[in-house]
Amino acid sequence: MHIIDRRRDPGGKSLANRQRFIRRARALVRKAVRDASSKRSIKDVDQGGEIGVPADGVREPELRRSGEGGRREYVLPGNKRYVAGDRIARPDESGGGSSASADGDGEDEYRFALSNEEFVDLFLEDLELPDLAKRQVLGEEEDLPRPAGFKSSGSPSALSVSRTMRRSLSRRVALKRPKPEDLAGAEAELADAEGRGASKAELKALSDRVQLLQRRMRLVPFIDPLDLRYRRFESQPKPVARAVMFCLMDVSGSMDEHMKDLAKRFFSLLYLFLNRRYKRVDVVFIRHTHQAREVDEETFFYSRESGGTVVSTALEEMARIVHDRYPAAQWNIYAAQASDGDNLPIDNPTVVALLNTVILPLCQYYAYIEVGHPTEDTGARDASSLWRTYQHIIGDDVPMAMRKVGDRRDIFPVFRDLFGRRQSGDREVA
Amino acid sequence: MAARSRASRLLFSGSEWNFETLDRIFASVQSIGEKELGLDTYRTQIEIITSEQMLDAYSSTGMPLFYKHWSFGKHFARNESLYRKGWQGLAYEIVINSDPCVCYIMEENSATMQTLVLAHAAMGHNHFFKNNYVFRQWTDAEGILDYLSFAKAYISKCEERYGVEQVERLIDAAHALQSHGVHRYPGKRKPDLRSEQLREQERREHGLALFNDLWRTVPGKSKRVAARTEAEKRRSLLGLPEENILYFLEKTAPKLAPWQREVLRIVRLIAQYFYPQRQTKMMNEGCASFVHHRIMTRLHERGEINDGAFLEFLHSHTSVVMQPDFNDRRFSGINPYALGFTMMQDVERIVTEPTAEDRQWFPDLAGQGDAYGALRDIWANYRDESFVSQFLSPAVIRKMGLFQLVDDDIEDEMEVAAIHDERGYREVRRALARQYDVVRRDPDIQIVDVDLAGDRRLELRHFVADGVTLEERDAERVLQHLADLWGYQVRLIEADDDDIYAEHKADPMRAFA
Repeated sequence: MHIIDRRRDPGGKSLANRQRFIRRARALVRKAVRDASSKRSIKDVDQGGEIGVPADGVREPELRRSGEGGRREYVLPGNKRYVAGDRIARPDESGGGSSASADGDGEDEYRFALSNEEFVDLFLEDLELPDLAKRQVLGEEEDLPRPAGFKSSGSPSALSVSRTMRRSLSRRVALKRPKPEDLAGAEAELADAEGRGASKAELKALSDRVQLLQRRMRLVPFIDPLDLRYRRFESQPKPVARAVMFCLMDVSGSMDEHMKDLAKRFFSLLYLFLNRRYKRVDVVFIRHTHQAREVDEETFFYSRESGGTVVSTALEEMARIVHDRYPAAQWNIYAAQASDGDNLPIDNPTVVALLNTVILPLCQYYAYIEVGHPTEDTGARDASSLWRTYQHIIGDDVPMAMRKVGDRRDIFPVFRDLFGRRQSGDREVA
Repeated sequence: MAARSRASRLLFSGSEWNFETLDRIFASVQSIGEKELGLDTYRTQIEIITSEQMLDAYSSTGMPLFYKHWSFGKHFARNESLYRKGWQGLAYEIVINSDPCVCYIMEENSATMQTLVLAHAAMGHNHFFKNNYVFRQWTDAEGILDYLSFAKAYISKCEERYGVEQVERLIDAAHALQSHGVHRYPGKRKPDLRSEQLREQERREHGLALFNDLWRTVPGKSKRVAARTEAEKRRSLLGLPEENILYFLEKTAPKLAPWQREVLRIVRLIAQYFYPQRQTKMMNEGCASFVHHRIMTRLHERGEINDGAFLEFLHSHTSVVMQPDFNDRRFSGINPYALGFTMMQDVERIVTEPTAEDRQWFPDLAGQGDAYGALRDIWANYRDESFVSQFLSPAVIRKMGLFQLVDDDIEDEMEVAAIHDERGYREVRRALARQYDVVRRDPDIQIVDVDLAGDRRLELRHFVADGVTLEERDAERVLQHLADLWGYQVRLIEADDDDIYAEHKADPMRAFA
């Protein structure tokens, strides 16, 4: 008998298998995250948690007899009261056990525990800001190393072998370093001459030659420190895209608590998304009643205000801020507007004019969500005045999209819909 | 050396152990096993592992090395989560049918548990592996580890060459079919030259002894009665019908590349290696449980383990061979340890102290005297199904309260068909034997034809037994894999003599080529 102690063996033998499994299940995990997130409130969206992946998705099928139908026989232990001929009702599914166990192997779900980070990352995967096109070279941005010739000192890892060998070769040729086979030849000749008993003079000439060759070989090294060349890199600033997102929210009296709640949820999701995915995105919060004001994040999400509704004020405010702080040539500009669709009728032409002439030409993308009530059938309800107004603007080459949201659970799909990764140009109205 | 005190006869005291203790334990266990029980085992190799490594071993069906595939990761994730939550303990050991027989034992086990594990695995399972006819017929204990290492290297080479994704898809497909990738009946052994010469000689002598010139004048049969039909010729050319689907694909699938055939072969051979274990699960565990029970009892009687250790053993033994009743919450089918152990104890009882009933039921066995001899014969020559159908005694049926339940979907209720009474014994025994019959447990699916003249459609047939059809969604998916491997359409008909139950078709979506 041999005893082998395997405890010190490197562990993680099935690590590769585990990774393969996770890779395989990734798509399922992502889907489960999306499903789960639509059931959560926004505040919880960046909470991690356990995600169940249906075992069905990573199921390994095999040809097996199904669990129902046909005539089956079971032999079971522990009979105390039955006699032959007794009839028993079938156990219901939940009662489980006795009959089903013969065939089924009872896998239900695989559960993964996800951290907050992982959860949000998976949730926001393949969302992006469309047309992040205007890239600019900026001083403070990260640098990109580019190869820029060679230098004579550096770290060993940057040694350029081919360049070093080329220099070594040319130096050896120039200084007439004897080749190893020359030396071997001369030595052989000397040995040969000694063997056949050649004259002293001849022997001397030959041994001198051998010595000369040996000395020259010593003096001219194969590689000299002079030969060494290292790759050199220069850093070049990399163009990056800068973007600003304008969040426009209607907080007028016609917006009831439910609508405001929906709008805020939408914007907090947007804010989360931008914060996570784009380091260099500025967010500007504008809220409006009959007058618009730029506010900070805290006020935007938490403070209350009331008044009439004039949408164009918000657009004007936005145009002003763009003009002051975000020159359109340097910034990718995005806007998201949330409203219940009410607007002072007289203001609508102004809105159209503003959007067409000022805002949309500035913007990469303009998203409008209209908040309503879940009880209303969003499709059948009369289009609001703003919705109708915007419908005139929307066209094939206009970077604008609009959606309606009536219920909390619509927010996630609509958000994904608006910011899903897509080919440029296939944007359309819902 | 003075007379050994009683204390020094103990193999160990307390729960600590070291390699020396293991050595002593193994020597004692082996001497009881070989001298008293007459066991005949492969050499043993004991490997001590941690619980983490045990989980690793779980995920690759217990084998020390295996090719890489996500499904093993899936098993790992499952076992790990169950273990971490404390819903499932780990096995105390894993034993591998190889020569030398490799036993993995966990470092956490106490000295008593190590003794139990050595008796169970290194003696019980080891003896069973070496002697049982199914293992002798089907598995090559010497070659398995080498083959697995070849398989692992080959598959990782394929991954390098053809891409992980390609290989993974192929193995997915092969795994889906692996339950139908075994030969259920041994083929002809390749005759060697010597035995062939002997046979030839015998035949010639026989012919000489019987020579009579008159036979020459007897008119022979006319030529073959009927020419075979086209279809018959085609089928015999392809070796159809064939129930080993993987084998058929490996040999005849028109589009597969050589490396793909080799991968199918690897999956098939490994499935074949595990096939005996499925046929003998209950006997194997019963044999090991019986052996460990006997060895531990003897160790206690010889004073080599103390009372505390013996009680610890009994505690774990009884929980292993416990059989919950059918209406118990813990019930999940018949416990192979319980049934095997009970039946083997019963055989011992029949051999040594038979009752009148036993004499009537087992005239050959009853009172024959040599219990271990009888058991060794059973361990060598039976598998679960035949063991139950021949040795399940009325006493065991009564003791376990076995009864047969018939669930026919045309009836509203299930019927108790037989219980532990005079009329029921044989019926219960027959039904239980069938329950253990692997051939009945797996659906009988055969490749019956290939449409060579037309669109090369592969025709399969499920010979439905008792009206139980295939699990539909699974069948569709497996068929899709099969179509991808075959490269053309595949059709599976589920039918018995009277009815056609279902027909599934699949066209290749991403054929392997």
